[in-house]
Amino acid sequence: MAGAGIREYKRRIRSVKNTQQITKAMKMVSAAKLRRAQEAAEASRPYTETLQGTLARLAGVAYDVKHPLLEKREEVRKVGYVVITADRGLCGGYNSNLIRATVTAVEEDERNLETGIVAVGRKARDYYRKRGGLDAEFVNLGDKISYADAREIGQFIMNSYENEEVDEVYVVYAKFINVLRQVPTIVKLLPIETPTAEQTEGQHLIDYIYEPSAEEILLTLLPRYVGSLIYNAMLEGKASEHGARMTAMGNATDNAGEIIESLTLAMNKARQAAITDEILDIVGGAEALNKGGK
Amino acid sequence: MADNTFMLEIVTPEKILFKDEVEFMVAPAVDGEIGVMRNHAPLVAALKIGVLRYKDSKGSEKRVAVSGGFMEIIDNTGRILAETAELGEHIDVLRAKAARERAERRLAQRDETINAIRAEQALKRAIARIRAAGAE
Repeated sequence: MAGAGIREYKRRIRSVKNTQQITKAMKMVSAAKLRRAQEAAEASRPYTETLQGTLARLAGVAYDVKHPLLEKREEVRKVGYVVITADRGLCGGYNSNLIRATVTAVEEDERNLETGIVAVGRKARDYYRKRGGLDAEFVNLGDKISYADAREIGQFIMNSYENEEVDEVYVVYAKFINVLRQVPTIVKLLPIETPTAEQTEGQHLIDYIYEPSAEEILLTLLPRYVGSLIYNAMLEGKASEHGARMTAMGNATDNAGEIIESLTLAMNKARQAAITDEILDIVGGAEALNKGGK
Repeated sequence: MADNTFMLEIVTPEKILFKDEVEFMVAPAVDGEIGVMRNHAPLVAALKIGVLRYKDSKGSEKRVAVSGGFMEIIDNTGRILAETAELGEHIDVLRAKAARERAERRLAQRDETINAIRAEQALKRAIARIRAAGAE
């Protein structure tokens, strides 16, 4: 019956409209959170830049200093990956791109070594829990990245590095380019490769007083440097996550709009067909009456 | 810039806590406190957990609890890099005292299950916060 068809269209349009409202709201929430994540990344820059500058200078002065975190191991048996993903989905290919980048990096490493995963975010944990190889997990850290969390993660990997449970550590995160583009990036954390003096505009020529000594300051700086690298990767990851979610939800909202449009068109057609049918009925009936009256 | 002040920045990973001109500053370096005034020689110093003091351009003295880190001084700009830093006037004294008691209890137990180094650090941080807040 034609009337029931129209009702069915109406029901479906209503349902798609509801979905569209949800995706639209999620997009706006992500936009706000993206802005906050970018502000946090901006706020961390002075710390990171000063730390890197000082580290480079110190590395130039105290080049013969020995520290386990600086030492390159001759025999590498196990490689660690800190994989930073989101806790939640609905953000396009964000999580799967990161996991794929990790899997590819492991496969392409021709040394064929044992790997250990430190999962940051539920999505990485869920994947590696199923596949095996999970060494530690840091999940449900929320939308506001705190330095304390980054420090804890750094502490964990530095401990397992110093205990020779791993011999190299990388971090995998999504670098934020813009709302449409987030690039999975892999950076070496341990052993620490100190930034070279060329990267810091030759400031190392200044004659500093070091208190107590360049070597000792360098030693206190190294763990902080690892912490700040992880913190920055987490901040970038958070901005990327919200950027990806914004784009995904924007697309979903547009798609819902298209579906509503085509459903509305189909409904109108069905309604007109029903009206035409009714008119034909009436006209047909009247014709029959006229013929019978003659 | 007034001719007896220099720029002081207190920077943590999460934000710039303070950035203004100050007359002098005393920082808790590992080998004892270091006082800094205008025209100090270029210096890089490691800091311990403690209280940093400075006198701002209005002449009032402020205290900041810092959790170690280091400071760098160059061209009349002092930069403190600390993992955490809190202005004394913003510190919740009751919480800091509770943290101190907790750390003291842990240290008193002295068994295998607690990490003595961590407890000691927590105690030092709590004491620094209480002192920065001006209580005791």
